[in-house]
Amino acid sequence: MKRVMVSIVSIVTRSDDTGKSYRLALFMAIVVTLMIWGGGALPDTMMAVNPAQRSLAPSWQHWLGTDLLGRDMASRTLAGLAQSLKVGLLAAALSTLLAMVMGMMAALNRSLDRLVSSLTDMMLGMPHFVLLIMVAYAFGGGTVGVTWAVALTHWPRLARLLRHEAKTLVKSDYVQVSRSLGRSNLWLARHHLMPHLMPQWIAGFVVIFPHAILHEAGLSFIGLGIEPHLPSIGVMLANSLNAMLAGFWWVVLAPGLGLMLVAFGFERLGERLRRQALPPDRGSSGVSPGQVA
Amino acid sequence: MNSWWGRLMMKRLCRLVWLLPLTAVLLFTLVSLAPIDPVQAYVGARMSMIGPEQQAAIEAAWGLDQPGWIRFFHWLAHLVQGDLGDSISYNAPVLTVLVERFPASLALMGCSFLAAFVVGSGLGVLAAACQGRWPDRLIRGWAMVISVSPGFWIALLFISIFAVQLAWLPSCCALPPGVTQDEAHWWQYGRHLVLPVLTLSIYGTGPLILHVRQRLIGFLDGPSARHLRLHGMSSTRLALGPGSRHALGSAVTVHLASIGELFGGSVLAETIFAWPGLGQATVKAATGADAPLLLGIALVTVVVVLLGNLLADILAAWVDPRLRIMPQEETLPRLKRLPWLKASARLKTASRLKVEPKS
Repeated sequence: MKRVMVSIVSIVTRSDDTGKSYRLALFMAIVVTLMIWGGGALPDTMMAVNPAQRSLAPSWQHWLGTDLLGRDMASRTLAGLAQSLKVGLLAAALSTLLAMVMGMMAALNRSLDRLVSSLTDMMLGMPHFVLLIMVAYAFGGGTVGVTWAVALTHWPRLARLLRHEAKTLVKSDYVQVSRSLGRSNLWLARHHLMPHLMPQWIAGFVVIFPHAILHEAGLSFIGLGIEPHLPSIGVMLANSLNAMLAGFWWVVLAPGLGLMLVAFGFERLGERLRRQALPPDRGSSGVSPGQVA
Repeated sequence: MNSWWGRLMMKRLCRLVWLLPLTAVLLFTLVSLAPIDPVQAYVGARMSMIGPEQQAAIEAAWGLDQPGWIRFFHWLAHLVQGDLGDSISYNAPVLTVLVERFPASLALMGCSFLAAFVVGSGLGVLAAACQGRWPDRLIRGWAMVISVSPGFWIALLFISIFAVQLAWLPSCCALPPGVTQDEAHWWQYGRHLVLPVLTLSIYGTGPLILHVRQRLIGFLDGPSARHLRLHGMSSTRLALGPGSRHALGSAVTVHLASIGELFGGSVLAETIFAWPGLGQATVKAATGADAPLLLGIALVTVVVVLLGNLLADILAAWVDPRLRIMPQEETLPRLKRLPWLKASARLKTASRLKVEPKS
């Protein structure tokens, strides 16, 4: 335990670029943990409907004001972010896992490669948000629907990238030797490909994550995402339209700003990881510089 | 079919031939997977007044008692004849709904597309020209912030600022209440268009700024820019002239490739501003269990995006002759001709700059 702590401290206090990345990563990890843990554990009384305190401007008692039903915006934003982060984490994990499996399958089997490539092309050729809506619709909306929608639509770019990496790995001598020694594809994937693809996989996860939470909020906003009775950023913003037209601007400002700050932190971290782990994407259009999500 | 664009078209058409059916199958599968009873969605609240026999009769009349693949081929057969089915939520043929709503979406998306291109590439060129100084940092920070801010939130902020606090612009619909399409003045339409276009175009500038900036910096640091500088071309002229031509060529491609994103943004923007376009219909179809309309819209957008990509490829090859070379061609003769090319380029540059070429 002590050695782990010492190594963490030594990594985080490095003064070079890598140290900066690690500090940012640690910071974001702490923020996410605190939010999921704290936002989920907020007492219900803080978000209870309170008609006596309707639509109050930000004050010391209510930092971000209250909404039309008198609920405290600060705690609602926190709870909503916790919900968004939970869905985003799950969806991004599923999505990157799918990309990993697809990439390795494509590298190890020629006929599967055909399938994966055409599937990737098809997914990338479709408008992203329409696809999200269709998948969410197929699952009947709700938290489950939005999680699957985000998970099933964000893998293609990472899959294409991992496929490329895995293909060069499969061509290398030691994999070829293993193969001629009679190792199965599963064994090769497990022992030779996966360890080497880990950095790209992690970078891909961090890059996909902000997109996942933003798209989740978008779907919830139009009513296909998280159920309206749960606190979530998209639902809060959708409900805030009337309050905003009445001039209560704080109802709109807080949730969006919270979501944006979290997404911004991850985008910065993703940018750094992308520079370090991912090669520039030379996709079919050949123009998007290193875009994964 | 020897010309470069002929070969490009052939390649793209072959792609369409397998891509479109595959997409149709996927979309149909997704829609039929939905755990929504179509009969219930159609009948709505009067469901309790319908007995199981009547329900079965409706299902039989709609062909719902048949397996999925038979329904798919029925749908496909009607699709080929131009019949997309009937929309439940609008109570009209899907094709009519699409045709009715397309112009509004086209106006919104077209204006945003152009505005985003002009603003995005302008800011990108400016950032590259001031590389490392404060305008560059400001623009880069801006691009980063808008790429992570939810588009619908920006729309809400704009409404809050311009429509509620300042009361400059309307926040809803395409026309003032009570005014029909015929008696409306174009100026009224334009006023209603401002906020949605602002929202959508701001969302589209982010990637464009970064792309143009990167390309232009790559050019300004390269040998040809150094050459022109040595001939006495000023940095400003370098960035605005050959530099921006180099950067904007690919920017057109990047921007056209983002049509899909633009449509995604328009779904949210149209919902917020109650703009009577396809995006609003998408949301209504998805939340109202209107499967035929949803399928129709998805198909139309897929076709539009594919056409956009085709256009992007053609434009890119038209702007940048290097892209017309197919990879199978031999490169050796070209290498041999290179010294001559170099000399002619030098002469050309020199004559344009009115400088005597050395040797």
